[in-house]
Amino acid sequence: MATLSPNLVVKAPRSRDRGSGDPPSFGGGGDGNRGGNGPSDYGERLRRARLGLVVGLTAVVMLFVGFTSALLVRRGLPSFDQQTNTYSRDWVPIQLPWTLLLINTGVLLASTVSMELARRDIARQMALAPVRSIPGVSLGDERGFPWLGSTVVLGLGFLIGQFLVWRVLQAQHAFVNKNPSNSFAYLLLGTHALHLAGGVVALVYAAATTLLNRPIESRRIVIDVAAWYWHFMGFLWMYIFAILLIAR
Amino acid sequence: MATSEVVHAHAAPQGFIRKYIFSLDHKVIGLQYFFLALTAVWVGMILSLLMRIHLIWPGANIPLIGHIQPETYLSLLTMHGTIMVFFVLTTAPQGGFGNYFLPIQIGAPDMAFPVLNMLSFWTTFVAFVIMIAAFFVTGGAPLHGWTGYPPLSAMQSTGPGEGLGADLWITSIAIFCAASLMGALNFITTTLDLRAKGMSLMRMPLTVWSWFITAILGLLAFGVLLSAGILLLMDRNLGTSFYIPLVVVNGQVMGHRGGSPLLWQHLFWFFGHPEVYIAILPGMGVASQLLSTFSRKPIFGYKAMVYAMLAIGFLGFMVWGHHMFMSGMNPWSAFAFSILTMCIGVPSAIKTFNWLGTLWRGNIRLQTPMLFAIGFVSLFVSGGLSGPFLAQPTLDIPLHDNYFVVGHFHLIMGVAAIFGIFAATYYWVPKMFGRMMSESLGKIHFWFTFIGTYAIFMPMHYLGMAGHPRRYSQLTEVGYLHNLLPLQRFISIAAFITIGAQVIFVINLFWSIFRGPKASDNPWDATTLEWTTATPPPHDNFGGHTPVVHNGPYEYGVPGAAGDFVMQSDPAVSPGRAH
Repeated sequence: MATLSPNLVVKAPRSRDRGSGDPPSFGGGGDGNRGGNGPSDYGERLRRARLGLVVGLTAVVMLFVGFTSALLVRRGLPSFDQQTNTYSRDWVPIQLPWTLLLINTGVLLASTVSMELARRDIARQMALAPVRSIPGVSLGDERGFPWLGSTVVLGLGFLIGQFLVWRVLQAQHAFVNKNPSNSFAYLLLGTHALHLAGGVVALVYAAATTLLNRPIESRRIVIDVAAWYWHFMGFLWMYIFAILLIAR
Repeated sequence: MATSEVVHAHAAPQGFIRKYIFSLDHKVIGLQYFFLALTAVWVGMILSLLMRIHLIWPGANIPLIGHIQPETYLSLLTMHGTIMVFFVLTTAPQGGFGNYFLPIQIGAPDMAFPVLNMLSFWTTFVAFVIMIAAFFVTGGAPLHGWTGYPPLSAMQSTGPGEGLGADLWITSIAIFCAASLMGALNFITTTLDLRAKGMSLMRMPLTVWSWFITAILGLLAFGVLLSAGILLLMDRNLGTSFYIPLVVVNGQVMGHRGGSPLLWQHLFWFFGHPEVYIAILPGMGVASQLLSTFSRKPIFGYKAMVYAMLAIGFLGFMVWGHHMFMSGMNPWSAFAFSILTMCIGVPSAIKTFNWLGTLWRGNIRLQTPMLFAIGFVSLFVSGGLSGPFLAQPTLDIPLHDNYFVVGHFHLIMGVAAIFGIFAATYYWVPKMFGRMMSESLGKIHFWFTFIGTYAIFMPMHYLGMAGHPRRYSQLTEVGYLHNLLPLQRFISIAAFITIGAQVIFVINLFWSIFRGPKASDNPWDATTLEWTTATPPPHDNFGGHTPVVHNGPYEYGVPGAAGDFVMQSDPAVSPGRAH
């Protein structure tokens, strides 16, 4: 029987970054449809992280459900006018810099594409990881386009664009307390920007895991979850844009 | 993102700080929540003590505080409600016992996201510190009640506590929302994804079901409260008019116009009503668990219990309007909310029926945890029965702003949930600390507390029916309330005695933790997984192996079994009761 040369040892992918001793294994749920695959099952960790993300996004959805219902109620409310002793609607639609907002939307969409490419890139690297660990096997030039970095740049670009929208509004003296429509516009833009900034932090963390030489499984989970969060931020922005367009 | 950290790959930490302060171990975090709630409950109880003293001796000169002014009384009332609802009733049953026992009961080594779990506790802690800080700023704590109704809560100039104190209050609530959302995320993911082999959903102990459903309610409710709180902060500090209409304060026209105080009420109660169930559902789970264990009988109607809890949680989101019958809502809306509210009586009745069915002809062991579980059922019935009264818009009009409501919600949401916490404490302290609590002290504590709470809150219903308004600080100067003063004195004295009896509990708790008799691994002959492991449980809960579940959670009185029960992890299923 032919023997393998001693330096051609295929290492199993490391799955735990701080593991020591024998970590407990997971049964993998009790419904019997997913077998317990032991401690090294990275697929379970990925699924768990994604599940956590979906649950977390539900909370974000509820936050914006609260804002939206407040907007719809407030928009229809009559206001008492002291001068005329009558009730009238005080909602004056806000004049938003639509061109700038459209540019920002384009930047955000581009960042979503970039994010998705980063996600696929790491998945590909992940699949090739066992091959790469074989000494003597070269995968050619591994330095692809830095999709993660470009996503961060585009995300920051979007945030700067949103900041410019605020500056334009301020230049028009459309301050937050001028009219309820202004209040909601600032509120929705600001809350979305904060959430997106959280996504940028997550991406920077993902990039840091690359530099810190964390195992590729951990990196992939971080990038994958950050990517789905980022896509959700894109959807959320579309929703906010529609609200500002229809019910401003 | 920290959330995707490896689950429980961390070895048992060695240093004091990593082991006891910033621990990732769900058990340590559960104890941290528990002791935070224990601290908070004493703060809240002392506030109620001050209120009860003031109500019957308005001229009393209290050390450090002096004479209680009307606005001080409102501050006490606000902070009592807020601290009790958020930092006790939400924190202890879910954050405390849920954190400690949910992973063990489903056979998991830890929560799904340990780092997030630690963050969620420390965020709650920060929220508590900020809440307490409201006492010590200029103007003191806010006056607007735990419900924070605008316009009182929405402007800086409406009262002495409505300046910085109210800002701190709202900030604290917002931070608490974030903490609760992190906790809910962890509970849901853990329950769905980390169950041991064989632990199907319908084999989960009812405690796990109650924590799971509570987490779902929290996930859907706290986000809305957060949105409402952000709008309130903007109204207060940025001059917006979400909640504030054209308002004149002290003869001065404020700059706001067009907002609606009712908008806050809708958003608040959309959170506020599920919050009631967030407080009580874990108590229901614990009561089910204990009634079955100490009656040596399977729980009566396990599936009905699960579906009833789901129904209560679901309906809980559709009844917020019954807190607003007095707001001038459309009578048709009130009618709809009223019908939906009374629908909740159906699953509640199912639960009560099943609890009694579990007790029926059981081999009942009246140990302290069982006494508190029975006390829970008693208070749940007594407090719940006044619910359908208040659910009727016409009856709510006279009853809404008087002591009837105070009696109602204290029985059902306050002390019933507290009894759930007590039952859980007496039941699980042997597992958490490895020591038994004193039975005799526990029974003394139970009878004082049980009779005491009825003596406090039952008469409040009569006060309410006699038209006694709530939230008033001064009673002795009002003519038509004179005849009711003896009853108020009775309530106050009952409150002093009941609060005093809680000292017995604290002594028992701390004496037992350090000096109590050593507990065996399964002192109550219970079946769920936490009793299969060592006492107290090791760092990874099961000492390196993963339990496999073969049975349902309440296999008591099994024919042909060696004892009178079969553990969930016992592979020897009796032929008489194959699951």
